[in-house]
Amino acid sequence: MASFSEYVFPETIEEAYALNQKRSSVIVAGNMWLRMCGLRKKTAIDLSRLGLDGITEEGDAFTLGAMATLRDLETHPALAREYGGAFGEALSPIVGTQFRRTATVGGSVYSRFGFSDVSALLLALDARVLLHARGETPLRDYQREPWDRDVVLGVRIPKGRRAAARSVRLCSTDLPLLVCAASLGPDGLRLALGARPGRAMIVAEGLPADADEAAFAAIARDVPLGGNRRASEDYRRRVAPVLMARAAAAVRGEERA
Amino acid sequence: MTVELTLNGRPVRAQVEADDSLYTLLRALGVRSVKCGCETSSCGLCTVHLDGQPVLSCSVPAPRCAGRAVTTLEGLQSEARLLGECLADEGAEQCGFCASGLIMNALALARENPSATDEEIDAYLAGNLCRCSGYVGQRRAIRRYLSRIASGEGRA
Ligand SMILES: Cc1cc2nc3c(=O)[nH]c(=O)nc-3n(C[C@H](O)[C@H](O)[C@H](O)COP(=O)(O)OP(=O)(O)OC[C@H]3O[C@@H](n4cnc5c(N)ncnc54)[C@H](O)[C@@H]3O)c2cc1C
Ligand code: FES
Ligand code: FES
Repeated sequence: MASFSEYVFPETIEEAYALNQKRSSVIVAGNMWLRMCGLRKKTAIDLSRLGLDGITEEGDAFTLGAMATLRDLETHPALAREYGGAFGEALSPIVGTQFRRTATVGGSVYSRFGFSDVSALLLALDARVLLHARGETPLRDYQREPWDRDVVLGVRIPKGRRAAARSVRLCSTDLPLLVCAASLGPDGLRLALGARPGRAMIVAEGLPADADEAAFAAIARDVPLGGNRRASEDYRRRVAPVLMARAAAAVRGEERA
Repeated sequence: MTVELTLNGRPVRAQVEADDSLYTLLRALGVRSVKCGCETSSCGLCTVHLDGQPVLSCSVPAPRCAGRAVTTLEGLQSEARLLGECLADEGAEQCGFCASGLIMNALALARENPSATDEEIDAYLAGNLCRCSGYVGQRRAIRRYLSRIASGEGRA
């Protein structure tokens, strides 16, 4: 279990950022992951009173505050309408409703988990991460960077794409063995894979909307995949084109199962 | 640090450590319905309501509960009695270990979506693990409960 000796509610983001520059501090968001990871820190920095939990729609993008919960995303009517229900579809397999009511988008994005359903979907939507010190950066770059001490303020996602996600799990509520999120916009089909088991990444972009199984099989042959206790590399390589085809069919509106 | 909150409608003042969870705080306050199964946010047993919304008390930082309203099964006895009856009528439980978390989440479902379909019941309660029941009886019990409250029963 994580342990801290002081628990602080910063009043401003600047204060949270300044506190987080100390190696003895750690940010607390939903606390779902943090509490399990056995860290020993002096100061816990609570982000829950900084107004970072909003979901706003402005012009051609949505901004998801870092402290918006997975449940907020999953049940947000405008997000559901814009992205064809993809948030509900991608996030509802994650543990349970109580869990998703406190796990946050910022904690998910910052952590860059190798098993993330969240990051796979956000990558497919070409999200940008809003960081306090550094400003805005594409999630696809952020995904490749080491963990740093900046504060994630939120995520911006452009409108204008339909999205869908498909995953395989050994049993419901478990971590995924593989996730494929797809989005379709004017520039074609984009596919992202999560639980490879490395960090989620975009594996194809600008594919024709009607890309077929042969195209997905070719992509799956070259994608960096690996094996772990949950599934072998060979298993993931066989499943990947199937998930791609299903996610693509779903964004084309052909099936939602 | 000192935390003041409302517990089951009553104001409470308590000392907490920086790394205490809401679960630890509730047990220290003598709340016995709240149990801890996994301590990894996976099983749903420790479910309580925070400002009316079901959360996993094993994972909510206790200092964050200052100024908030926490409700446990002790605070929802009249609603829970009818649901308990439905669970018994449907033979929905064996050992009963999972009951307190299940009931807290099912009561929240009934408030949020009183006309929930079977699919919606399953989705809402997916995070409440049960080692004995096979879930089918629980679903029947919740369906029975929803139809009984729809007909006006169980109002406090
Ligand atoms: C049992 C369990 C099962 C899970 N299953 C899945 C799953 O199936 N699919 C899936 O996609 N995810 C899964 N997750 C991950 C989950 O969805 C969240 O991503 C995770 O809990 C982190 O979010 P949090 O809000 O709890 O962050 P916390 O646990 O509070 O923080 C996680 C890390 O991020 C840092 N951090 C948090 N917010 C910020 C911020 N705004 N700026 C900078 N740093 C920050 C914290 O310091 C910490 O290091 C699971 C987690 C658990 C515990
Ligand atoms: S004890 Fe909290 S989820 Fe299992
Ligand atoms: S009845 Fe035994 S765990 Fe649910």
